[in-house]
Amino acid sequence: MVSGLYNLALVTAQEGEHFELHAGDGGFWADTAGIMLVLPVLAFLLILVVGKRMKHKGGEIAVAALAINLVWASVLFYLNATGGVLDQTTFEIGRIGSGLVFELGWVVDGLSILMFWLVNFVGLLVFIYALGYMKGDKRVDWFFAAFSLFAGAMLILVGAPNLIQLIIGWEGVGLASYFLIGFYWEDLANVKAGNKAFMVNKLADVGLVLGAILVGVALGSWDFGDINLAAFEGNAELAAVAGVGGLLLFIGAMGKSAQFPFHIWLPDAMAGPTPVSALMHAATMVTAGIYLMARLFPLYEYMASDLRTTMIVIGTITLLGVGLLAIVADDIKKVLAYSTVSQLGYMMTAMAAGGYTAGLFHLFTHAAFKALLFLCAGSVIHAVHSNNMSEMGGLRKYTPVTFWTWIVGALALSGIGLSGFWSKDEILGTLSHEGYEAVMWISVAGAFVTAFYMARATFLTFFGTYKGHGEPHESPRIMTVPLIILAVPSALVGIVNIPGLSLGRLRNYTEWLSVRLVPMGDHHPEAIDWGLAMIGLAAALLGVLVGYAIYFKDAETQLERDSFEIPLLFPLLRKKYYIDDLALGIVALFTGPIARFVNWTNTYVIDIIPNAIGGSVKALGGFVYGVLDQKGVDGVFNGLSAATDGAGSVVRKWQTGRVQQYAAAVVAGALILVALFVFVI
Amino acid sequence: MLLNQFLVLAAALFAMGVYGLLVRRNMVLILLSVELMLNAVNINLIAFESYLVTPEAVGQIFAIFVITVAAAEVGIGLAIVLMIFRNRKSANVDDLSLMRW
Repeated sequence: MVSGLYNLALVTAQEGEHFELHAGDGGFWADTAGIMLVLPVLAFLLILVVGKRMKHKGGEIAVAALAINLVWASVLFYLNATGGVLDQTTFEIGRIGSGLVFELGWVVDGLSILMFWLVNFVGLLVFIYALGYMKGDKRVDWFFAAFSLFAGAMLILVGAPNLIQLIIGWEGVGLASYFLIGFYWEDLANVKAGNKAFMVNKLADVGLVLGAILVGVALGSWDFGDINLAAFEGNAELAAVAGVGGLLLFIGAMGKSAQFPFHIWLPDAMAGPTPVSALMHAATMVTAGIYLMARLFPLYEYMASDLRTTMIVIGTITLLGVGLLAIVADDIKKVLAYSTVSQLGYMMTAMAAGGYTAGLFHLFTHAAFKALLFLCAGSVIHAVHSNNMSEMGGLRKYTPVTFWTWIVGALALSGIGLSGFWSKDEILGTLSHEGYEAVMWISVAGAFVTAFYMARATFLTFFGTYKGHGEPHESPRIMTVPLIILAVPSALVGIVNIPGLSLGRLRNYTEWLSVRLVPMGDHHPEAIDWGLAMIGLAAALLGVLVGYAIYFKDAETQLERDSFEIPLLFPLLRKKYYIDDLALGIVALFTGPIARFVNWTNTYVIDIIPNAIGGSVKALGGFVYGVLDQKGVDGVFNGLSAATDGAGSVVRKWQTGRVQQYAAAVVAGALILVALFVFVI
Repeated sequence: MLLNQFLVLAAALFAMGVYGLLVRRNMVLILLSVELMLNAVNINLIAFESYLVTPEAVGQIFAIFVITVAAAEVGIGLAIVLMIFRNRKSANVDDLSLMRW
C-alpha cells in the first residue's frame, strides 16, 4: 500500500495553535477502507445474477454489503474522532506521457470518513426500510441492484483521491439515479423525469470534465492533495487556470447539488420510489457537489477566491428562491425536494463564505433529518396511496409513529431546537462573522420560509380530518424502526458541534474535519452568538406561527385556506419562475435544428458507408450463391449421385432372384479356382 | 491301395450333388443335393485320415464338425421351406424370384 502523506509536518506547522494534528494512519482499517468502495458494486453484480431467486429479491445482499461497510466506516469514524486518521492508498492504472498519472484508490481523512459514515449509515437504514416499502413491487431485484450501485458509486466518489476517480463515481451516481428515477418506466412521465435529471446533470458535468482537464493538464496531476497543496503554495501554473477551472468545476457541482438554475431536475426526480428520494437527498447524489467544493476548498480559498461572490449569489438565490417554491407544492415529496434544494443553497453559501465546517455540518445534520422526513413521507404515501397533501389530513391518529418521527424531522429542518438549529446557527454565525450581513438576513428569511412550509406540510398532512380514500394504516415495523433510529440523530446530532463544547475523548465535529492534508482558513466560532441564534429561532417560530394561523383548522376550511393567493408571487411560483419552460424552450430551440442536421447527416453522409458495405456484401452473396454453391458444390454432388444411379441400373440386372443361377455362378467360380490350382500353380 | 476307390466314390457323389443343386426345382431335393455334397466331402476326410493317420485324428474331427453344421443347416433350411410352402402352396424355387429389385 502506498501512502501519500503530503507534508504532514508542514500542515501542522501552518495551522499553528488551532490545529494540533496528531493524526495516525488508521492502520489496518485505513489500508482496507477500499473494501467499502468495492462491496456495493459487487453487491450490484451479485444481485443481478442471483437476486431473483432470493426471498427479498437481493435486498439481503444490498443490506449485508452496507452493514459490513458500516463496520469499517464506524471504526474509522471512532479512530478519527479520538485521534485523527490521515491516509491515502492508490494504485497506478495508466499514464499519459510521462507526467499525468491516472490512479485509483481511496483517501481516508476527516472529510471522507465523515462521508463514508454518512452514506453507509443512512444508506443501511434506507435499504432496510426499502425491504418493507418495495415488498411485492415489480422488479425488486433490479431496484436493489441499482440501489447498491447508487451507494457504491457515491462511496467511490467520496473516497476518490483524485479528480478522475471522482468523475467515475460522479457519473456512476448519475447513471444509478437515472435508473432509479425512471424505475416505474411504464409511465412516460417517470421516464421523462429520469431523462431530465440525466440531461441537466450531463450539462453541468461538461463543466466538471472540462475543469478537471484544465486543472490536471496545467498542474500535471489530478490528485486532490497535489491540487490543494499547489493552491496553498501559490503554484504559478495552477494560478493561471484557477479562475476558469474553478468556475467549470463549480458548474459541475451546481448540477449535482441542484443549485439555481440547475435545480429543475431535483423535484422531478421524485418520480422514483420514495427510498430513492431519501437516499438521493440525504447522503448520495446531491451532497456530491458540496463535497467537491469541500474537497477543493483550498483552491477556492487561495486562488479562485474571486468566484466566491458568484457562489454566494447563486447559493442565496437557491436557498430563498427555490425554498419559496415549496409553499405552493401539493405533492408532499416535492415540498421536501424544494426544501432540499433550499438547504443545499445554505450549504453552498456557507462554503463560499469560508465556513467549511459550517457547510459540512449542515450537510451532516441535513442528511439525518432529510432522510427521516423522506422516509416518513414514504410511510405516509404507503398509508394513503397518494402523494398529494390535499388527499391526506388527520393522519396523526392513524400513523402515530410516522407522525412523531416526522415532528422530530420537521423541527430539526425548521431549525427549532433540534440538530438543524445548531447547524443553521453556525451558518448564520459564519456569514455574520465574514461580513456578509445582507446574505445573513436573506438566510434568516429563508429560515422563516422553511419553517412556514414545513408547518404547512405538517398541518395539511397530520392535522384536520382525513380527506383521502380508504382507511389509512401504520406501516410495518421494518419501515417504522428505521424511522425511530433516524429520529435519534435528527434530534441530537447537533450537540457534536456546539461551539466551545468538546465531547471528551471524542472531541467535536470541527476537530473531526480538521484532519486534512492542506491547511486552510475556516471560521468556527468559539462560543455561541446567542443574539444571532435567537434571531434565527425567532424567524423559524414566526414561520410556524403563520403556518399555524393559516392551516391549523378542520378539514373543510383547511384546503380553502391553502388556496390563498399572494398576487404576482404565487402565479410566478406555480410556474416555477418559468425556468423549466425556459430551459425546455432553449433545449427545443437547439434540439430541433440539431436533430434535423443529425438526421440529414445520417441519411446522406453516414449511410453511404453502410450502404456501400451492404451493396458489396449483397453482390458477394449473389456470387457465392449463384456460382459457387449452385454450380460448383451442387455440381459435384449431382454428378456423384448420377454416377451411382447409372452404376446401380446396370448392376441390379444381375440380381435375378433365381437361386440356382447364383448356385451355378458359385460352381463356375469353384471350377475356375480348381482349374487355376491344378493347371497353373 | 484303397484310397483311390474312396476318392472316386466321393467325386461321383459330389458330382451328383452339384447336378441336383443346379437342375432340381424342388427345394427339398436341392437341400438333399447339398447334403450329398457335404457327405462326399466327409468321405474324403475320413479316407485321408485313415491313409495318413494323424495323432490328433484331424480328419475325423472335421467330419464330425461338418455333420454338426449339416444338421443345423438342414434344420433351418427345412423350416424355411416349410414356412414358404405354407404361405405359397409351392416348393418350387422358380416361384421365389421376388427378392430382387
